Amino acid sequence: MGTASTTTTTAAAAASPITPPPLSLLKTLKLKTKQQELLIRSAILCLVYLLAFITRLFSVLRYESMIHEFDPYFNYRTTLFLTDHGFYHFWNWFDSESWYPLGRIIGGTLYPGLMLTAAFIYWCLRFLRFAVHIREVCVLTAPFFASNTTIVAYFFGKELWDSGTGLVAAALIAICPGYISRSVAGSYDNEGVAIFALLLTFYLFVKAVNTGSVAWALASAFGYFYMVSAWGGYVFIINLIPLYVLVLLITGRYSMRLYVAYNCMYVLGMLLAMQIQFVGFQHVQSGEHMAAMGVFFLLQVFYFLDWVKYLLGDAKLFQSFLKITLTCTIGLGGLAFGVGMASGYISPWTGRFYSLLDPTYAKDHIPIIASVSEHQPTAWSSFMFDFHILLFLFPAGLYFCFKRLSDATIFIVMYGLTSMYFASVMVRLILVATPAVCLISAIAVSATIRNLTSLVRTKSKVSNTSSSKGAVSAKASSKASSDLSPPFGKNAAVALLLGAFYLLSKYVIHCTWVTSEAYSSPSIVLAARGAYGGRVIFDDYREAYYWLRQNTPPDAKVMSWWDYGYQITAMGNRTVIVDNNTWNNTHIATVGRAMSSYEDEAYEIMRSLDVDYVLVVFGGVTGYSSDDINKFLWMVRIGGGVFPVIKEPDYLVNGEYRVDKGAAPKMLNCLMYKLSYYRFGELTTEYGRPPGYDRARGVEIGNKDVKLEYLEEAYTTSNWIVRIYKVKPPSNRW
Amino acid sequence: MAMKLSIFVALIALLLPLLSTAFSPETPTDRRILVLLDDQSIKSSHSIFFKSLQSRGYDLDFRLADDPKITLQRYGQYLYDGLILFSPHAKRFGGSLDLAGVLEFVDSGRDLVIAANGAASDLVRDIATECGVDFDVDSAAMVIDHTSYAVSKTDGDHTLIASDEFIQSDVILGSEKIKAPVIFRGIAHSLNPVNSLVLKVLSASPSAYSANPEVKLSSPPSMTGSSISLVSVVQARNNARILISGSLDLFSDRLFGSGVQKAGSETIFEKSGNEQFVTELSKWVFHERGHLKAVSIQHHKVGEVVEPAMYRIKDDLEFSVEIYEWSGKSWEPYVSDDVQVQFYMMSPYVLKTLSTNQKGLYSTSFKVPDVYGVFQFKVEYHRLGYTGLSLSKQIPVRPFRHNEYERFITTAFPYYGGSFSMMAGFFVFTIVYLYNK
Repeated sequence: MGTASTTTTTAAAAASPITPPPLSLLKTLKLKTKQQELLIRSAILCLVYLLAFITRLFSVLRYESMIHEFDPYFNYRTTLFLTDHGFYHFWNWFDSESWYPLGRIIGGTLYPGLMLTAAFIYWCLRFLRFAVHIREVCVLTAPFFASNTTIVAYFFGKELWDSGTGLVAAALIAICPGYISRSVAGSYDNEGVAIFALLLTFYLFVKAVNTGSVAWALASAFGYFYMVSAWGGYVFIINLIPLYVLVLLITGRYSMRLYVAYNCMYVLGMLLAMQIQFVGFQHVQSGEHMAAMGVFFLLQVFYFLDWVKYLLGDAKLFQSFLKITLTCTIGLGGLAFGVGMASGYISPWTGRFYSLLDPTYAKDHIPIIASVSEHQPTAWSSFMFDFHILLFLFPAGLYFCFKRLSDATIFIVMYGLTSMYFASVMVRLILVATPAVCLISAIAVSATIRNLTSLVRTKSKVSNTSSSKGAVSAKASSKASSDLSPPFGKNAAVALLLGAFYLLSKYVIHCTWVTSEAYSSPSIVLAARGAYGGRVIFDDYREAYYWLRQNTPPDAKVMSWWDYGYQITAMGNRTVIVDNNTWNNTHIATVGRAMSSYEDEAYEIMRSLDVDYVLVVFGGVTGYSSDDINKFLWMVRIGGGVFPVIKEPDYLVNGEYRVDKGAAPKMLNCLMYKLSYYRFGELTTEYGRPPGYDRARGVEIGNKDVKLEYLEEAYTTSNWIVRIYKVKPPSNRW
Repeated sequence: MAMKLSIFVALIALLLPLLSTAFSPETPTDRRILVLLDDQSIKSSHSIFFKSLQSRGYDLDFRLADDPKITLQRYGQYLYDGLILFSPHAKRFGGSLDLAGVLEFVDSGRDLVIAANGAASDLVRDIATECGVDFDVDSAAMVIDHTSYAVSKTDGDHTLIASDEFIQSDVILGSEKIKAPVIFRGIAHSLNPVNSLVLKVLSASPSAYSANPEVKLSSPPSMTGSSISLVSVVQARNNARILISGSLDLFSDRLFGSGVQKAGSETIFEKSGNEQFVTELSKWVFHERGHLKAVSIQHHKVGEVVEPAMYRIKDDLEFSVEIYEWSGKSWEPYVSDDVQVQFYMMSPYVLKTLSTNQKGLYSTSFKVPDVYGVFQFKVEYHRLGYTGLSLSKQIPVRPFRHNEYERFITTAFPYYGGSFSMMAGFFVFTIVYLYNK
């Protein structure tokens, strides 16, 4: 794909002798080369746009048009509410079906950007008389925005380097697995829209810095507003941009353009962001946003000093003035910050923010953050998996950026380096790094290939066709390369070009394979290979949720671990105690405590929460490893964090977590164990194994004779993945 | 009305089995009662008790305990509303009836009377145990009391005892005071401390103990003093009522009619208190007294009549519930001043005593607390002898909508002033900047 950028020039050159049009056209052909280049460029862009969309449709073709994972179900449910009841009801929605009995103010605790976008698309289609279902819109929102991201990437690349780079960047980002993982069809999550908004904001800001135009800066502020409305990751923007400005100030690149761009963007962006209920006054009150404000004031001081310097016109006088002003400003700023922190007006950094800066923080202090799989530190292999050759092109791109430093390349270098750091701290932040990695790699690919092709074409003497703007650098580098002996240089260049082509085609193959194999499974429907190689589908989740929907009273309360909360409310339409919006740690800890207590203690807790049904996920029959028994230690940790009666060592034997005969007695008799393994001891799961052989953990369970006193089995799905128990009413005669 | 009734039915979960499956909720008094006897002679020896039931309109079906045709239900429908077990020696029941069948009968909201005797069978003991009462394990033991026995010419072993230690409850024993002591001859039982629903109605005096009167006491008796219960009752959570007596003779014509003189007392009563005691107790057991029902739980905002689906914080609301008591023939208003309603979310945020209009309607009004969440109106009314009322009705409480806050507040006037002066200043500045040269 990366060779596409070179095709623009070579093809234009090659096209002239081959095409046999009328004479007049031939004459004007030379004039129209630029237009031809434009035509080919836009054709490539269109194809990339389509490719980005199509490559994300694997899951729709394999399974069906459905929403994936956990969080997207909440987004889907809220979108449905938005389209059914209108914006104001959505804005003021108090949801009594989650976090029973506390409830949740949905309107004030979500980022509405995604839902509004989908609803807007839906309403537009409706207006155009396309009778679509909102689910289809939700399923295809992420691929649509991924396509739009490629366009932004093109313009960004063009702004950074040249239009060839833009095309390469667009092509790279269209299929980069790091991005696809979050934007396949059905992955209806905030990130799908947010990456578009993130890149758009950065592009517009860089454009504003390059041009010094108020219009671009304001556009960037609106991009920022969209980003704030869509995803909590906006904090990255509001910290990266001030950092960038600071770096420019330090390196002496302060200019009026920068002043205009940052001030307009910051002030308007801040005011707009305050309109989002969930964000509110955080821009002036929270520690995470203070850097932006500090830089804002710093810029004013810079400008003021410039002005004073101009007025005074005397270096000595200015020096003393500088000393006084600097001390005063720093003193005042420090004082204001200190008072704000001490009085609680400025909130300290949140745990999530700390855990980004210090990867071990969450593990020690906030088990609920550490327990989420996508918050784990990134493994080396997943970098390779998600970036493939970009991982090697990234440093090369950095080299090119440093070779031709400008305000724009400084920005992309900073974006790349910071986001790479965050990506290595948390798995999910690979997503944020992806655009930067694609852009920087695109610079490397484009610059290399441009140099190589110009080397190839110096012999054929048709180098004059290359577009004038981007050729500035190409000329410089071709001068350097022309020192090589021509035949050897040409052959080497051809070989290198072939190598590049090979690498890039490998990248395409890898991306497609990853998308197809790893990132297109909906995780709500599980697929496995059967004994004869055929595909086996486990649709137990939906089976269980539909059972809840059909067979339980409408006001029944279901207790489960928080992972399944969104799905139960969205698909089962039943009230849940806790869900994936983990805003109340105590409430989650209460559920964790119930799950890790003995049955009679758990019964008291469940009665106090009016629980009617308990839902557990169990993989012992199918070998599904992300079930509740494997998550159980987190329940113990989170429960024990609030209720010290729950102690982790009680569930471990010599620091080892096990479920077989050697397991801790408390483990063998806690509620979660009983509910998971109830009547499991009677079942033979694998030929040649004793009954009660747990396939997910590969052991024979330790307590095969599970008796339930306060609960009774209500439903178990066909592959035992979801088990639902009913809480019995208190005994009649006792 | 039908709508309201159905909502009500759906809400009182604890009364649900009673209302939907037992005898008609509108007339809760038992009508058909199965009496199981050890032998037919009991029918005549206890005829006064049976006659008093029949005269009150009960339809008694006498069967021998080993009658092979005994069946409590047919086609899933219970044939009887109450069961009297005057068969202390039955090792097993005839027909399909067994321990589980009796307990299921009770758990369906129907009533049970058990009378044991010396040498009660394991079956009767097991039924009693399941109801929270443990008979003395020594099958030959009887209650003996050397200080408050009934003076009698024939008995010298003081197993015929006279007790007047009744439970203090007008609901269970009637408003009329029981004049004479009750004569009792039978076995002792104790209440299982884990069971919170069982009550002693007639207890032994502190000097009583349980032992075999035939043999010399070699070791301290297992049950002594007032922990011994002679007659106990249970009101199950579904409002089924159970009477457990350690003596079958308590119900007999002989003891009904005999005079009584308590040892150490000069007063001689012409007639024992047994008849009054047993009759009043049977009225309670068969729901002629103390049976409450709550209907039409309603709540709405002050000044409105329609029940909203959701309240807002700081709303003023009115809550009302109607409570009636069954008098044996009709529903009479229940009058009390201690019915309370809770506005509850994990703990009560509001607890108010309801005021009554003396016609069964209880109502109050209060302000919704400044807390949002899913609340419940809860009425937990548990009084000795009365049907326990556990009503709850769920209602979410939402915070203010975005446009329900005050539009302009006085404390913000400096900010309003600031923003408007800023706008004006900018306007003036623009004009000055553009046109001033």
